[in-house]
Amino acid sequence: MLWGRHAACRPPRRWPFLGLATLLLTACGTRAVHPHTAEPYPTKLSAWHLFSGDPAALKPNAGVIPYDLNTPLFSDYATKYRTVWMPPGTSATYNDTEAFDFPVGTIFSKTFAYPDADQGGKQRIVETRLLVSSQSGWVTLPYVWNSAQTEATLDVAADPTTVHWVHPSGTRYAIDYVIPNTNQCKGCHDRSKTVTPIGPKARNLNKDFNYPEGRMNQLAYWTKIGYLKGAPPPDRAPKLAVWDDPSSGTLDGRARAYLEVNCAHCHNPRGPANTTGLYLLAAQTDPMRLGLCKVPVSAGQGSGDLLFDVVQGKPEESILLHRMESTTPKIMMPELGRTMVHQEGVALIRDWIASMQGSCNAGKAGHL
Amino acid sequence: MTKTATALFAAALSFTLWTSCAKKDSGLAAGPDFQKQFQEALIAAKPGAVIELPEGRLDMDRSMSLSVDNVTIRGKGIDKTILTFKNQKTGPAGLTVTSNGFTIQDLAIEDTKGDALKINGANGVTVQRVRTEWTGGPSDKNGSYGIYPVQCKNVLIEDSASIGAADAGIYVGQSSNIIVRHSRAEANVAGIEIENSQFADVYENKATHNTGGILVFNLPDLPVKGGGNTRVFNNEIVENNTQNFGAKGSMVAKVPTGTGVIVLATNHVEVFKNTIKDNNTTNVSVISYMTTGNPMNDATYYPFPEAIYVHDNIISGGGTAPSGQYADVLAPVVGKPMPAILFDGIVNPQKLGAGKRLPDDLRICIQNNGDANFMNYDAGGNFKHVSRDLKPYNCSLAPLSAVNLPAPAASAPPAGGN
Repeated sequence: MLWGRHAACRPPRRWPFLGLATLLLTACGTRAVHPHTAEPYPTKLSAWHLFSGDPAALKPNAGVIPYDLNTPLFSDYATKYRTVWMPPGTSATYNDTEAFDFPVGTIFSKTFAYPDADQGGKQRIVETRLLVSSQSGWVTLPYVWNSAQTEATLDVAADPTTVHWVHPSGTRYAIDYVIPNTNQCKGCHDRSKTVTPIGPKARNLNKDFNYPEGRMNQLAYWTKIGYLKGAPPPDRAPKLAVWDDPSSGTLDGRARAYLEVNCAHCHNPRGPANTTGLYLLAAQTDPMRLGLCKVPVSAGQGSGDLLFDVVQGKPEESILLHRMESTTPKIMMPELGRTMVHQEGVALIRDWIASMQGSCNAGKAGHL
Repeated sequence: MTKTATALFAAALSFTLWTSCAKKDSGLAAGPDFQKQFQEALIAAKPGAVIELPEGRLDMDRSMSLSVDNVTIRGKGIDKTILTFKNQKTGPAGLTVTSNGFTIQDLAIEDTKGDALKINGANGVTVQRVRTEWTGGPSDKNGSYGIYPVQCKNVLIEDSASIGAADAGIYVGQSSNIIVRHSRAEANVAGIEIENSQFADVYENKATHNTGGILVFNLPDLPVKGGGNTRVFNNEIVENNTQNFGAKGSMVAKVPTGTGVIVLATNHVEVFKNTIKDNNTTNVSVISYMTTGNPMNDATYYPFPEAIYVHDNIISGGGTAPSGQYADVLAPVVGKPMPAILFDGIVNPQKLGAGKRLPDDLRICIQNNGDANFMNYDAGGNFKHVSRDLKPYNCSLAPLSAVNLPAPAASAPPAGGN
């Protein structure tokens, strides 16, 4: 029966009128997720069948599980919707510290949206990024939404797009939103030169989520539905603080969570910024690796004429904060993924640095 | 089918084949969509691909990147294909490469906000007839590095040029097996810099009008340490007197304006047969990391220069207008012009043997440099026991071996035919 319905939904091969084919597909919104694990990848997001019904409503299809993170990456204040799907009968293997080991065919989606200032705050979806576990490793696929919000098209090197959006405070912003190209996706999702998921680690997934069936811890839910094997009970799994929720951790814990999520995808011993020796994973314990009294090595003008990455008690003398406060391409950090300053994140890191005791030995006058 | 029809059909078919062959040239066209097409080509490239860039000024407002192995990017000439980033909005680099077997030829990258050409973690890098330039001359607004391989292996940079970098023009860091030759570094803070790298040959280059000409550095706090086995020879290192315009926090900001060659805390360095002249602080200096005044928090770092052999150079002029600490502290003691070869005199005390000398194979040897004068300026003893006596340094070390790159680097002839 299922097969019958599936077959009926499939457009005839070589269907000459693509528009009609699209209509047919749309009418069959309940069709199961269609994984693609080798090139060529679909040029249309709808071909994956991650969502059903009105495309812009992003209603997850069966088996597509929305999830959330304790501390997310800052992306120019965009609203982000994340989902995961795994092939029936497969599951990820739990890991305490690294991203889980996901089966071939796994599809992550992350959709970026804004309240559109030109349309009374109605949501405008800008892009949906897929991270797919293919036969030859993870691949990154950026899909750009059309203005009608009916479809998104694969664009491996999209032009920036202007977004007018309105902040909950009522302030209007106009930004040149940068959709990362496939290589830039890899630039962050790079672990020893292999594309790897960043977000789905135990410590960042370990939180409650409102499922249709009710509120439940995400690790427990994934385990319950067969998406995760080997996970301990949530209270025995590591847990990252929520960067903007003081009840979730100390100032240090929240700042370190923020730095891990926003910086450590590159700044870790196996990441693209390992050349700098500045490592910002939450588990990092060496103060020098965290930037305390560490002289910059290749920051150039990024140093802002300051001497150390972090000076205890002195946010204004800390290069790390200086680079978070910039939007100039050669100074700003992270290099990618934002065109605005994350004021609330900057405030957190400023408080964190201000709270530290100690001082840096600036050395003595010298020369080369 | 009649014979005529068959012939016509065959002709049409062969014409179709011919035109489709003619279209096979995957060259990109200049125009408003160029940068999008270029980036798409970099993403879609298969190993072995050659991406041909057109002649002309190509406006770029964003960084380009490549992560596919064994790709060649080729322009029409070092002054003919110009990627200009004057209006760069996103970045920071011009082109970032993270794949092995990378070749880039016959083009220029101008006015990037950050680094011009950054190659990170690649095995096999060939840069030929490439110019990176900030066209407004020296300015602290310029990007940091021009040609910038870091954590790479088997690097060839030749017949290239870097102009105006606010840190180093041609910079090879944390890498091994490196040749930099027949290239020009001009008006950068550091002209050519080999940092925390092993087995480098730097020869037949010209470094001029930089703040410092050629630097061989080994620095702490980096993942790859222990620079050494570097030969600097047959270079022309003249008039590197451009006022230092490096960012204050950066290491090169400490390079005294007017320095020819600096060997900092690196081991096994041979500097020979260069022409080094008219560098107004000093022509050659050999120093330890202590002299930088920077604190040292890195227990695994070795701060002393050892096995340094400076010989058979033609050294003249310079030293007339020392800058920085040399001007403030040393010049009042030793007068002007400053000696042509300076040594800070700081060595590892634990390695000193009989006669307070380093073991023979680790000495600082300075030989056959004409009548270039010398000074050990006793930086460790607050300049109290400066010595102009070259005799303790009159020794030789076994020559270092030449660097051999494994496979012949892609050696296509220069574009343009002439």
